[in-house]
Order: sequence, then structure tokens, then C-alpha cells
Amino acid sequence: MRALVAMSGGVDSSVAAALMRDAGHEVVGVTLKMWAGPNGEAPTAGCCTVSDAEDARRVAGQLDIPYYVLDYTTEFRDGVVDRFIRDYASGRTPNPCIECNRTVKFDRLLHRLDDFDSDVMVTGHHARSRFDGRQWSLRRGADQAKDQSYVLSMLTQRELSRARFPVGELTKTEVRSMASAMGLRTARKPESMDICFVGRRDYRTFLARTAPEAFVAGPLVDTEGHELGAHDGIAGFTVGQRRGLGVAVGEPRFVVRIEPATSTVVLGRRQDLGVVGVELSQVVWTAGGGGSGEVMAQYRAHSEPVPAVVEGDRLLFADLQEAVAPGQTVAFYDGDRVLGGALIARTLA
Amino acid sequence: MIYLDHAATTPMRPGVWDAMKPYTDIEFGNSSGIHRVSRRAKNALEEARESIAAAIGAGTLEIVFTSGGTESDNLALKGAVFNESPRRGTVTVATEHEAVLDTGDFLRRMGLPVTVVGVDDEGRVDREQLVAAVDHETSIVSVMLLNNETGVVQDVASIADAVKTRDSQVLVHTDAVQAFSSEPIDVSTLGVDLMSLAAHKFGGPKGVGILYVREGTALEPVQHGGGQELGRRSGTHDVGRVVGMAMAMEMARGDRDEFRYRVSQIRDDFHKRLTAGIEGLIVNTPETRRSPHHLNVRFPGVFNETLLVRMDLAGIAASAGSACQSGASEVSHVLEAMGLTPGQARESVRFSFGWPSTIEEAEEAADIVIDLVGQLR
Repeated sequence: MRALVAMSGGVDSSVAAALMRDAGHEVVGVTLKMWAGPNGEAPTAGCCTVSDAEDARRVAGQLDIPYYVLDYTTEFRDGVVDRFIRDYASGRTPNPCIECNRTVKFDRLLHRLDDFDSDVMVTGHHARSRFDGRQWSLRRGADQAKDQSYVLSMLTQRELSRARFPVGELTKTEVRSMASAMGLRTARKPESMDICFVGRRDYRTFLARTAPEAFVAGPLVDTEGHELGAHDGIAGFTVGQRRGLGVAVGEPRFVVRIEPATSTVVLGRRQDLGVVGVELSQVVWTAGGGGSGEVMAQYRAHSEPVPAVVEGDRLLFADLQEAVAPGQTVAFYDGDRVLGGALIARTLA
Repeated sequence: MIYLDHAATTPMRPGVWDAMKPYTDIEFGNSSGIHRVSRRAKNALEEARESIAAAIGAGTLEIVFTSGGTESDNLALKGAVFNESPRRGTVTVATEHEAVLDTGDFLRRMGLPVTVVGVDDEGRVDREQLVAAVDHETSIVSVMLLNNETGVVQDVASIADAVKTRDSQVLVHTDAVQAFSSEPIDVSTLGVDLMSLAAHKFGGPKGVGILYVREGTALEPVQHGGGQELGRRSGTHDVGRVVGMAMAMEMARGDRDEFRYRVSQIRDDFHKRLTAGIEGLIVNTPETRRSPHHLNVRFPGVFNETLLVRMDLAGIAASAGSACQSGASEVSHVLEAMGLTPGQARESVRFSFGWPSTIEEAEEAADIVIDLVGQLR
């Protein structure tokens, strides 16, 4: 079997490549060049930086596997960055890393597997996939603290059948000690937390510079519609946000809602944050087809799943939930098994 | 591995390394010292300089040793623009190597006038258009002799003549880095003031080249220091590399006619086979006044990045456009300047042949490429 390993330059994908090689597969390492700044410069923070590609190249050299840098800058700009800007401009809170996985890695790259004469695509995600002879299933990674099944919750049977996540069976500690044992230079490399095209800056700085049009000034109002002040643009706000609201009222205020049509940001008290459910878009059920019923719903990358019921394109929480942001992904679980995922189109008060 | 990327670099000619070797350990002297160790190094250096000067019809004082083509191009442009003359302008061509174009960008950022003239669909610059871009501010005109991506040959002699006729104070530079293996190179015939060469393109070592500087040409150094190369390029000489370059040059000049004949036959045979096996193959390289060793072709419907990866996995080395630091291939500015769309440029691959190429490996490679293109369509 020939395996195409998407190597980000981190320890997880380094070890993923090593595991596939040691399992006797023919391994080809690739790094996707996702982003270049306005002057073509590669990013220096977040994932996919120049030094990350260099780390990936060196690890591939250590493993003695072929290695290529593939140009995905156009796909990334169209599918991830433009969408990031569009989402913020329309009051949503995007998750660009999920979008990158979905539209670039598990779509555009996966579709080129045949072209590369490869059978599967391998990534360093902490998640476990299984084939029971009939169907593919996806579960949380063996290391619960590092689990990344949330970001993969929108994969379908077709994608799962051609993807492999070898490090999902390991804890992060095991991954690092394997990397050390093999002498891989990424063994002790810290994880990247930044968004690659935003870097260490605040995302608002990025938006203000690259998409000033996303900042349309508008009113700050309370839940009764009384004007409390003005803001520079809805792109600067996220549902649940408490800091930097630009108004001083006695008690803590939160962004409870963003109304893009009028550029209105609605502020309220903590109890106003509660939502009973969400309207979903792009619903995917891992097993294929439609679905409904009781699920454990996780609506942020690192939050505890909560009981909910899916009915068509609506998801209703068993209890009121706070800080649910349109644009984010919600993953459905049964225990540690992924049932599916969707985007939050809007919240239901 | 079948190596069809000789325009990127080509192996050293037999014997070159052996000639260089003593100067990396036994004869380690700094050629600028006063003692006998240095003297021996200096003698070897100057002997090499004489042989190199003779190989291009230059005088020994007209040869400046550099670290290669990129440095030579930088020194030519910046050296001319920042020399004592008040002229600060540059005129060049859209299909030049990045070493020239990016230097041009730098000069533009410094607030100096830089004009980049376009080319026709064969990649040739129009002489009259180029000459028309020259004005009283122009310090230097830079035109590549043989294009690294397509192999198209510019008529540098007639361009230099026309430029000088318009304004004799303008300096003419040619980047001849790709040309030495196949083109007769004589600086007086070419009529240029400055010319860049890099040893590793004609079977010499990497990291060494020359800038030919016509006697009397004022040049501000880019690299200041100990005053080597008559102050035009400071830095301790790597005598071994220079010796290797001189030897490779001797060999390349000696078999230039044979190279032209033999390598063009291999290239043409490869081309014929590809044409027969691949429907709709388009050649980006012009039919006339071109190098014997380049072939730039377009495979409609095939993404060159994918094809290059598949070729590498199948054991064939070729390239497309220019590679950036990360190794990702970018759209060729040369093909774009010739009027290809970015999409068409991304379907193009450069094959280039060299002194070790054989007809057997070219035929084998052609069959593999035909098979791969069939799979990718």
C-alpha cells in the first residue's frame, strides 16, 4: 500500500509517517503550502511555517521517504481565509482549522490520491477509525486530553475509507517517546496554537488589515433594544464575549447575539446567553444517510459534550447552553464514537 | 534515476574533482598572502584566470571571480547602477532569471528607475522595443543569452550593438549562465560589457562563477572588504573551485560542437517520442534559435506538480518553473511573459539534457512520461 502522509512538521504527523513506514507501507510525505502573506512570505507563527516545512522535510529525510511540498495556497485562500473573513463579516465565529481539514486536506488533497498513485492519506490527528467489514466508524483518540475527533466529525464514509490516523491509538506521551526513540527532530517540539494566517496577532488585527470592509460600524444594544453605544464592526465580536465591549454598565455584560443585517451587537446578562438549541447546516452523519435522535453534542473544540436531540436540521439541548457561536462546528457523539457533525447556522433562544 | 534536469545543475566533468582536490587540503593557502604556501595558491588561481579569460576571449584583468551566477548578476546590476556615473536606471526583460528580476525589484524599492520589457510568444525580446526603453538615465541593459526555462536564445550581439549605437554610455550585461555548454561565447563578438557565468552549469563545481567586466567599466562592489579581484569583489578565494571551473570550461569549450550535435539529437528523439505518444502535446520551446538541450512542453489537462511528483516516484528528475525555498513549484514567470495563462503554465514541464545524457535513458524516460500522462488524464 502506498500512503500519502500529510506532514505538518509537528511530532504527531512525524510519528504517523514513521508508523506507516514501519508497518511496511510505501510512504510519501507531503507538506501543503497553505499560506503566503501579501508579499509571498511564508508564515512564521502557527502551523505550516517555513520552519515547519523544514522540520517535515528533515524528518522525511531521517525516515528516508520521498517528500514534496505541494502548493495549496489558492485552495486555502478560497476555501479557508476568504470564508474566515466572510464569516466574521456576517457575525459568525469560524473555525478555520476545521475548514482547512474539511476543504483542503480531506477534500482537495484526498481527491488527488489516485493522481499520486496512493491508496490512503495519513494525518497525525488524535482520533481512531475502524472498519467493521461493512462500515467505517470514528472514535475519540486514545489520549482523551488530545482528542481531535471533533475536527474530523464532518468526515463521511468515503473520506474515512481513504484516511488513516495511526497516532490516534497512542497517547501524546507515547507519541513523543516514540519520536525520541527514533531520534526525530520534532520529538520535543511544542504544539502550535495559533491560526497560521493570523499568527500571534489578534485575529481582529488581521481582519482590520486584510478585510477592512468586514468592519461596518453599528450600534450596541441591550436585549430590549435600547442603544448602549456604538462599535467599529461586528467582525470584532463573538457570542459569549465579555471583554472589550466598549460599554461600562454595573454588572458583567456579554455578547448574546450578532445581527448582521443591521450590524447590531446585542449585549445582555449572563442568563441571556442561554440557548435552547441551534439550527444546523451541512449536517453529516458518519454512517451516511440522514439521522436524528439523542446525541451528546460538543459545540466547541475543548468543551464537555452535553445531551441533546437532533431533529432534522435542528439540535435541541437538554439544558440551556451558554456561548454557542454560529459558525462553529458541533460534533455528535455516542460515548466516544462520533455520530456526525454540522455547522451551527444560528442559535435558538 | 534518469536525470533530465541538467539546466538546474549538471554533474562535474570527469577529472574536475581530482584537479580541485589538492586545493581543499594540501594546497590550502590563502592566495592573498606573501609566503610560499600562498604563492602556490595564487599561482594556481592566476593560471586558472588566464585559461578562463582565453576561453571567452577576454583579458585576465577582466575576469572577476564570484560565488556563481546569482552573485554575478547582482554585482553587474548593482555595481553598474551605484557606480560613479550619475545614471541610475536599469532596463531588462520579463523572462530574465530571478537573480536579475529580483535585483531589479530591489533597485526599484530604492527609488531607482527600472524598466522591464516584455517578450513575444516565442519568448524573444524585440530589439527596437528594448532600445526604445533606454533613456538618458539608463545605466545598464541586461538581457539573458539563453533562457533557463525554455532555451530560447536572444540575439545579444545585435541588441548590444543597437543599445551602444543609441547611447554608448549605457552598459550591456548578459546572463550567459545557461549558455556556455552550447553557445560560442566570445565577449568581443557579443559586444557586452558584463557577462555572468556559473561553473556548475557546464560541469564545474557549484559555488563559483565569474563576472566578465570589460576593461574600463566602472563598477561599485557589492561585497566590500579585503580588496581582492582589484577591489571589485572582496573575499578569500576558493582556489579549488576556481581551478575546477577552469578545467570544466576547457572541456566544455573543447566539445561544444559535439555537445550541440549529440545532445540535440537526444532531445529531439525524446521530443519525437513524446509527441507520438501524447495527444495534444504542446511545445513551449521555439523551433529556431534555441538551445540544443532544453525542452519545455505543456501537457494539457495534467497538473505539472502532480506529474513531477509521479515522475520522481518513477525515477525521473525534471522541473517546472522556479522552485521557491519550500520546494513548492510556482507559476513560471517566463511562460506567463510568453502569454501562457497561469493554468497553462501549470501544465508545463522543463526537461533538460546534459553531457552525460544518453539516447537510451531519454527513450526510457519518454515511455514512462507517456504512461504517467495517460494515467493522469
